[in-house]
Amino acid sequence: MNKKVTQNIGFGTLFLCIAIALFFLGTIIYFIFVRGFRVISWEFLTEVPKEAMTAGGVGPAIVGTLYLVIGAIVFSLPLGIACAIYLTEYSPKSFAVNIIRMSINNLAGVPSIVFGLFGFGIFVKFFGFGVSALSGCLTLGILVLPQIISASQEALLAVPQSYREASLAVGATHWQTIKSIVLPAASPGILTGVILSIGRVAGETAPILFTAATFYTRGFPKSIFSEVMALPYHIYALMTEGTHPEEQTQIAYGCALILLVLVLGISAVAIIIRQRQRATYE
Amino acid sequence: MNNQVKIKVEKVNFFYGRKQALKNITMDIYENQVTAIIGPSGCGKSTLIRLFNRMNDLIPRTHVEGKILLDGQNIYENGVDVVDIRRRVGMVFQKPNPFPKNIFDNLSYGLKINGIRNKNIIKDKVVESLKKAALWNEVKDRLQDSALELSGGQQQRLCIARCLTVEPEVILFDEPCASLDPISTKKIEELMEDLKKDYTIVIVTHNMQQAARVSQRTAFLYLGELIEYAPTDELFTVPKNKITEDYLTGKFG
Repeated sequence: MNKKVTQNIGFGTLFLCIAIALFFLGTIIYFIFVRGFRVISWEFLTEVPKEAMTAGGVGPAIVGTLYLVIGAIVFSLPLGIACAIYLTEYSPKSFAVNIIRMSINNLAGVPSIVFGLFGFGIFVKFFGFGVSALSGCLTLGILVLPQIISASQEALLAVPQSYREASLAVGATHWQTIKSIVLPAASPGILTGVILSIGRVAGETAPILFTAATFYTRGFPKSIFSEVMALPYHIYALMTEGTHPEEQTQIAYGCALILLVLVLGISAVAIIIRQRQRATYE
Repeated sequence: MNNQVKIKVEKVNFFYGRKQALKNITMDIYENQVTAIIGPSGCGKSTLIRLFNRMNDLIPRTHVEGKILLDGQNIYENGVDVVDIRRRVGMVFQKPNPFPKNIFDNLSYGLKINGIRNKNIIKDKVVESLKKAALWNEVKDRLQDSALELSGGQQQRLCIARCLTVEPEVILFDEPCASLDPISTKKIEELMEDLKKDYTIVIVTHNMQQAARVSQRTAFLYLGELIEYAPTDELFTVPKNKITEDYLTGKFG
């Protein structure tokens, strides 16, 4: 066959693949948007649920999800970055460290319901935090820890060795080099990890089933020891429990739309921060 | 010529894993002179120069035998403050490697990490270093611009200025012009001529003409061995060793 024809077939196939991917992505967004948009109103965003979930709003679930996302990131980001720095910059390249790396990667593959059970056993029972925002944040934080460590490790390894050498050559200590040169240069990559983690944390249901989430609260969460409503769990509850499936399904689509917008919104903020960092460091 | 020895290399062997890269090197480097290290690729010249500020410490599974004395003190002794050695022995690398920061911050960095907080002192020192590195006139109006926007030659002079900020005693140049055009190269060479009044300079280069132009002494390295080390004009005109002569006349290289 003519090599140009082969090339055209190749490119054509690739184009088809991207078209299929975009089609499904577009359909999901369209579907959620059309179905969810009908129920969205100011009351829906700010009120508590009323009349056995068939009326009122999902305000506490929005606030609860925000709490969980922020709490989980606040917990896992410093811990994850610290682990990544240790693994890439300090630890000797030994067998033991390779095992640690492998374990962390494997941790990323553990089903989230297992994290849920773990969180229940450790945070809810052992530490006695109860079913609370705190337990949920910690559980979700541990869930995304491997992801943040891996992303941070890759970002740190991508910092050119020549930056480190330049810094050491003017008499900087290893720590000064990491703090002032390596970390700032790696921060856009680390933020990419955070962005992916935000989506994961906001959308996970299994880890908060027994650790943080509740179907209904009378008002907004009062402290980190309160049970919280959360959007993904609320969707789950609306679709599986209750006595008015018709109305509940509509509300579930509304929740899905809010969840989507929330994740995209938080990610957008992180992306803007990342772009600013890139402008400075590239 | 000044005959004060600044760095004394005594029977140095260096290994990457099991591979020996330097074999029994002994040489003296004199204060306020430019000493050039030449030789074909892979002869160990970069390895040798990186021993003078312990940069090879960063490479895993390497080890050094022998002594390198800086002002009489063995820098490979236990308990030596490596950070201080690196402050005293500055380095300019093969590829210009400014930090991804603005021009001013590139230069203030070395001062800040060495504990200088006073903004006026930092500012004066930055300006002074830029002037010494013959870069001040080109960048004085754009100190807040990213260093990465400078041309390659300017970046390399910025790296020299960065090195000067912390007042080193020795400056190591590891093929500083390898990625530069002839005009930038000329500027760097002129700069070295100026700098040797205040500093001891060691330059690694695979460009023999460059060594002849800038240095007072030249060491020829071949396959990890120091074949010949002599005042530059002697080595280039009447080399004592057959291999040196063959290299200088282009029989191999």
